[in-house]
Amino acid sequence: MPHRKNTAEMAPVRLPPPETVVIPMSMHIGAPAVPAVKVGDTVKVGQLIAEAGGFVSSPVYASVSGKVKKIDEIPASNGRKMKAVVIASDGLMEPWEGIARPEVKDFESFVAAVRSSGVVGLGGAGFPTAVKLGVKDLSKVEAFIINGAECEPYVTSDTRTMLDRLDDLKDGVALLEKYMEAKRIIFGVEANKPRCIEALRSAFSSDSRVEINALPPMYPQGGEKVLIYNTTGRIVPEGKLPLDAGAIVLNVTTLASIARYINTGMPLVEKVVTVDGSAVAEPKNVIAPIGTPARALFEFCGGFKEEPCKVLYGGPMMGIAMPDADLPIMKNTNAVLALNEADSRLPKPTACIRCGTCVDVCPLGLMPTLIEDAYERGDGQRLKELKVNLCMECGSCAYACPAKRPLVQVHKLAKGILNVYNAKLKAEAEKKAAKEAAK
Amino acid sequence: MNGLLTVTPSPHIRSPRTTRSIMRDVLIALIPVVIVAVVYFGWRALLLICVSGAVSCLCEFIWEKAFKKDITISDLSSVVTGVILALNMPAGMPVWELIFGDICAVIVVKMLFGGLGRNFVNPALAGRIILFVSFTADMTNYTVPSFAPDALSSATPLALEGSLTWADFPSLLLGLHGGVIGEVCSLAIIAGCVYLCVRGVIKPIIPACFVGAELLFSWLFGAANPVLGVFSGGLLFGAVFMATDYVTSPLTNWGKVIFGVGCGFLTAAMRAFAGSNGAVSFAILIMNLLVPYINDITRRKAFGGVKAK
Repeated sequence: MPHRKNTAEMAPVRLPPPETVVIPMSMHIGAPAVPAVKVGDTVKVGQLIAEAGGFVSSPVYASVSGKVKKIDEIPASNGRKMKAVVIASDGLMEPWEGIARPEVKDFESFVAAVRSSGVVGLGGAGFPTAVKLGVKDLSKVEAFIINGAECEPYVTSDTRTMLDRLDDLKDGVALLEKYMEAKRIIFGVEANKPRCIEALRSAFSSDSRVEINALPPMYPQGGEKVLIYNTTGRIVPEGKLPLDAGAIVLNVTTLASIARYINTGMPLVEKVVTVDGSAVAEPKNVIAPIGTPARALFEFCGGFKEEPCKVLYGGPMMGIAMPDADLPIMKNTNAVLALNEADSRLPKPTACIRCGTCVDVCPLGLMPTLIEDAYERGDGQRLKELKVNLCMECGSCAYACPAKRPLVQVHKLAKGILNVYNAKLKAEAEKKAAKEAAK
Repeated sequence: MNGLLTVTPSPHIRSPRTTRSIMRDVLIALIPVVIVAVVYFGWRALLLICVSGAVSCLCEFIWEKAFKKDITISDLSSVVTGVILALNMPAGMPVWELIFGDICAVIVVKMLFGGLGRNFVNPALAGRIILFVSFTADMTNYTVPSFAPDALSSATPLALEGSLTWADFPSLLLGLHGGVIGEVCSLAIIAGCVYLCVRGVIKPIIPACFVGAELLFSWLFGAANPVLGVFSGGLLFGAVFMATDYVTSPLTNWGKVIFGVGCGFLTAAMRAFAGSNGAVSFAILIMNLLVPYINDITRRKAFGGVKAK
């Protein structure tokens, strides 16, 4: 697979304040945040604009100073609508007066601070970090794995974190050691980033609890289960969490963002985003306020040298093609790519020739060609046996398939069939139990 | 950026390898075998290869046209079938009989079962067996290259197995003996195998297990010289170009091991206890039929998966 890390050597450049930002309330897994501002309110950078909407949720902060223009509904990547707070910027980027370093003195106050930092899994998953760190029994965590694999082609924002934010990473590691009783912290970095590995090694040379693990540059090295296995040899069992394998995985930028909040009191309001792709005139790494429309980032990168036909939020393997470049970058957006016409076209699928390439490349040991057969027959039992539910949709099979079968799409649809089948089984079991109880 | 943007599910990049490029690699791997066939057996060998490739393509084209399906001959799979079938013919095979074989291979075995990827046995192999059963005399009328030494010139070396000695080994490697046009020269076949493995088109598992098992079992069954048996007859050609057909071989590495060993065992058994003619073909055919079951028992274990109820 091509790496295309064209922007790895480009230090991030700050985007001038955008005119408006559109800050979605669902930039994480879990309940949407609940807006805490009204139309017409004046806000400043770092000011709370939405509170966490539940336990698995995350607060949202203003990324520019200005006035709340409206509270709108915008399209989400899953095709539904989501709420978003639209702020008209005054161009001043004034920080909020209430910014203050959080008081952190023990595990509970640390997790509380992570919660109020607004940090979620910045590698892409967007799982609220405080929920992940809020473990009941710290002795169960044998290793913290810091994910710097960044295996998606094009994307280099985590690379920049490892090169430019070593102090934040050092502070983050110190926080984990102090408040999470971390005994072992493993940085997992793909070997195609030798500068990052070198920088991390020299930064942590005096800390025996920290290991820097150079991993083979092979997609999907940064997949959570893959990374845990390749760094610790542990396998996360089906239906269980990484914690059940003794591991907590944090993305490098997630860790750096936690440290920044605890050091400065400034919550997560901006993101380094890789702007690249065959249609972009001058690819760059850009520091952009969260909620900036992707279009503003493309314009900042010299606009387009070719007519863009596809715009991706994220990398080309798991990123989402959106219908509209006006949609904002979110907490977990690490790249926006604009592809030209040739790169946007996907080859036409032809008949499966059973070459078994998909079976060879699946990092989770699944058999995509058999899953496709079972899907076409609508065979729920077989899909259950073939474990399609474990598929993380990394795209390795669809990438490698010589017949260009849309295997990821098939797996997504097959999961739907499996869910219906499981629900049917459950209903039948309940019916049977009720009948027996009646007897 | 005023035009509409394309929205597709991920992934948004695809590898350059296609079915067509794989089939093209198989054809390239066959070049040494084809050259040897033409040099040893003259222009008639080339005629057979060209006619067979063309007729196979035409069959697929006519079928797809007749049933208003997308024309898929550009994937080159039918050309591969035709060329491989032709390479299984003795040089004197009547052309119309070969054409009959092509029609059986492409129409009956491949298209009737749903086209590429849906056939349950290797089309070229089935075509060969149909011809073998229908026209046994023509199919076993082996021609000898004009410059072959006398020792090996009477029939295929397999028929002479008992009297073969190590002195004949160089002639076996170079193919200076009677046989079908594609199978005589072991070196050309090995060159093709190396190319396919280097290009990642096939893994060496099936050829290695096939040959290894045939060696072992023919030794157990008391063959005079098992090693020479490997280099005579259709074993190498079958192991490299017919048993490795994706559609009719197992998906997993362990499945390929079972498949290869099974082919080798059946070949050795048939050569030892039945006629030597067509042993390789029938062995592969039988193992082709077992592939779905092999796939089932060698399913990969999902990473961290717990057994489904």
